[in-house]
Amino acid sequence: MAERIGIYVCHCGSNIAGTVDVEEVARWAGKNIDDVIVAKDYKFMCSSLGQAMIEEDIKKEGLTRVVVAACSPHLHEKTFRRACENAGLNPYLFQMTNLREHVSWVCNDKVKGTAKAKAMVAASAERVKYQQPLTPMYVDVNPATLVVGGGIAGLQAALELADAGYKVYLVEREPSVGGHMAQFDKTFPTLDCSACILTPKMSEAGQHENITLLTYSELEEVSGSVGNFKVKIRKKARYVDYDKCTGCGICSEKCPRKIVDEGFEAGLGTRKAIYTPFPQAVPRVPVIDTENCTYFTRGKCQVCSKVCPTEAIDYEQKDEMVEIEVGNIILATGWKLFDCKKIPQYGYGRLANVFTNMEFERLCNAAGPTNGKIVMRDGKTEPKSIAIIHCVGSRDVNFNEGCSAVCCMAALKLGHLILEKTKAEVYSFYIDMRTNQKMYEEFYQRLLHEGMHFVRGKVAEVTDAARNPNEQGKLIVQCEDTLLGKQRRIPVDMVVLMGAIEPQADAKELGLKCGISCSMAGWYTERHPKLDPVATMTDGVFVAGTCQGAKDIPASVAQGAAAAARVQGMITKGKVMIEPIVATINEEACSGCRICNNLCPYNAIEYLEDKGVSRVITALCKGCGTCVAACPAGVISASHFNNQQVFAEIEGALWDAIAECREPETV
Amino acid sequence: MSDDTFEPKIVGFMCNWCSYRAADLAGSARIKYPPNVRIIRLMCSGRIDPAFVLKALSLGADGVMLAGCHPGECHYVDQNYKAMRRYYMLKHTLKSLGIEPERVQLVWASAAEGQHLAEAIEKLVADVKKLGPLRWPSNWKDNEDRLEALESIVKEHEEALEVES
Repeated sequence: MAERIGIYVCHCGSNIAGTVDVEEVARWAGKNIDDVIVAKDYKFMCSSLGQAMIEEDIKKEGLTRVVVAACSPHLHEKTFRRACENAGLNPYLFQMTNLREHVSWVCNDKVKGTAKAKAMVAASAERVKYQQPLTPMYVDVNPATLVVGGGIAGLQAALELADAGYKVYLVEREPSVGGHMAQFDKTFPTLDCSACILTPKMSEAGQHENITLLTYSELEEVSGSVGNFKVKIRKKARYVDYDKCTGCGICSEKCPRKIVDEGFEAGLGTRKAIYTPFPQAVPRVPVIDTENCTYFTRGKCQVCSKVCPTEAIDYEQKDEMVEIEVGNIILATGWKLFDCKKIPQYGYGRLANVFTNMEFERLCNAAGPTNGKIVMRDGKTEPKSIAIIHCVGSRDVNFNEGCSAVCCMAALKLGHLILEKTKAEVYSFYIDMRTNQKMYEEFYQRLLHEGMHFVRGKVAEVTDAARNPNEQGKLIVQCEDTLLGKQRRIPVDMVVLMGAIEPQADAKELGLKCGISCSMAGWYTERHPKLDPVATMTDGVFVAGTCQGAKDIPASVAQGAAAAARVQGMITKGKVMIEPIVATINEEACSGCRICNNLCPYNAIEYLEDKGVSRVITALCKGCGTCVAACPAGVISASHFNNQQVFAEIEGALWDAIAECREPETV
Repeated sequence: MSDDTFEPKIVGFMCNWCSYRAADLAGSARIKYPPNVRIIRLMCSGRIDPAFVLKALSLGADGVMLAGCHPGECHYVDQNYKAMRRYYMLKHTLKSLGIEPERVQLVWASAAEGQHLAEAIEKLVADVKKLGPLRWPSNWKDNEDRLEALESIVKEHEEALEVES
């Protein structure tokens, strides 16, 4: 029996109708495509009226297949599948044609656009005839969640979930949770002490009965899918027994080996070879830095072991692999600072008194290497003038095109701290002042009143080559003041570079492990930039905080909480739908050549020795269809993407070419 | 061979995760490119059966675009490598059939590379325009032997289909 197809072409306001003659497409489809019973155009198919129209037609006209030509299936496929289902039609008997993203928005010519639209509608209509009813599979959701990254976003997400009563594994690469926020002195615009608001969350996470902290650990491997992920985590050897250590700190105190701390102290302070990154670290269990430890490098010392009252030092400890099972994953892996040495004209690394913002944060911090005293690189001289240069490596096509979002406010905060703690003159060299969140503009106004000097212009260079006695022994900031319209040379004692916020160096690698991708700039791609900012294209994997894009603390916290809410939704629902798109082998026709066996990355194809044929293990199959294309006998079928459907789709897409070559025959 | 009014008909096979979304992104960003490629969505570039390409060309397509995630970034671990292997084999076959291999192009485009995909489409369309129409179906009529050989390829797959349904 012939199918009864309904075709619905959406105007999407003028989004589609502007470059595609939608009425013509509908008219044409109704007349020229076989088995089309209904062909309509409508202003907004996704509106409730549009959906109701489909539902009514299915019931009244007895439609057995539905095609909606509108936007990307990634946006509204679910909407229309639901509409079909409501009217009693299997949702997999519906096909979506992408006229908006793939035709009207990328084309200027209405005639050509309409022609392409017709071909794409024909492709869907031909394909939909061969679509088969499918039943989605449902799997249970493991209520445990993995949170990767123990910065503020990850902590927030972990605590929200743990407080709601769910198990959380919080993995952090560093020896302590806290992230970048732990390094700051104050937070803008309220000037709360960063540690004062962060450490309660850290210790809460450390003590929470529902949170398993896995610090100094890295994610190695992820397998499985939404609801049931299996995750391998490498717990790096701390060389300190986690259970015996009381965190008294005697080992660090007595350790004879002192090294520059390039991590937490941003190279300004020192730490010991056995250390916790900072006093409030969670957990308080130290780690041994084997590259610098005297015992590990020279085989002698063992002072830490001798002084430890609980015999917690274990030089024989090895990396440990932990395997956990979780239902969802939240990535909150944060950011890294731009390498300011990449801009040599700013002199970082060459001119002693050029600092990065992270170095300066430590300098301002009362718990930092100078106890919060702002001094020059010599460690004692108080600067009389400081220049803060914005947009170092951000808003710069050579490095990062994007704006780092927080540096303007961070610069104002540092300016305030300098004015509060010293008598120095502070100059801010900015391109545009971006203070667009709650109370931010007010903070900017405050700094204007406090006497920070603002110079609008991108700095050309920072140099120590003096041109006159005034500049002697100073760092000279050369810049075009675009408000005055002239070149200025401002001599200062100290320069702070507001380095860009960049994606972590291994963000892409980690993303791949979890099946999500990065934007061109390297940030994790969310499912929808506006309407679905914490979900990703991979079900069960969510993102939060700066790994998704540069943002401030309030936004990171909001995203952490949002990701947790999404995960809670999954857990409370209990079951998750898996698309029934899988491969199946017709065992009767299989010759047992086993070509497909090795093609599957999930080992989803087993060979049945007794029958001499291969079989797909449905639970493991993810439906890529590679085996289908490889089967020399053509006996593997991919549901929803079988050969018949794709061949029909090709035929539809080329309806005009086929018509053209048939023409001479008929003439 | 080619004239200014020739508008090639091209079929594009794109994977659900990267290249199809790159095309979506090109749309959202309103990047303009020639409207010659009719896009067919597959779950993975690994699903692209060389028979799809031959089918398209045999029905009158002037070119085919195959698009997937970048090597190493496949949503299904490494299936795009398998697509790549098939692509090179297919090119060989096309050459022996007398079809210019430039008519079939493989492109890697991540979901963030709308611009890149649009440029690749522009290039393919320009290349095919330069080559002129393929006219495979009408060429069959001029060359009966070849017609038989090619029809047998298509038939083979159709037979396979019968088993399936």
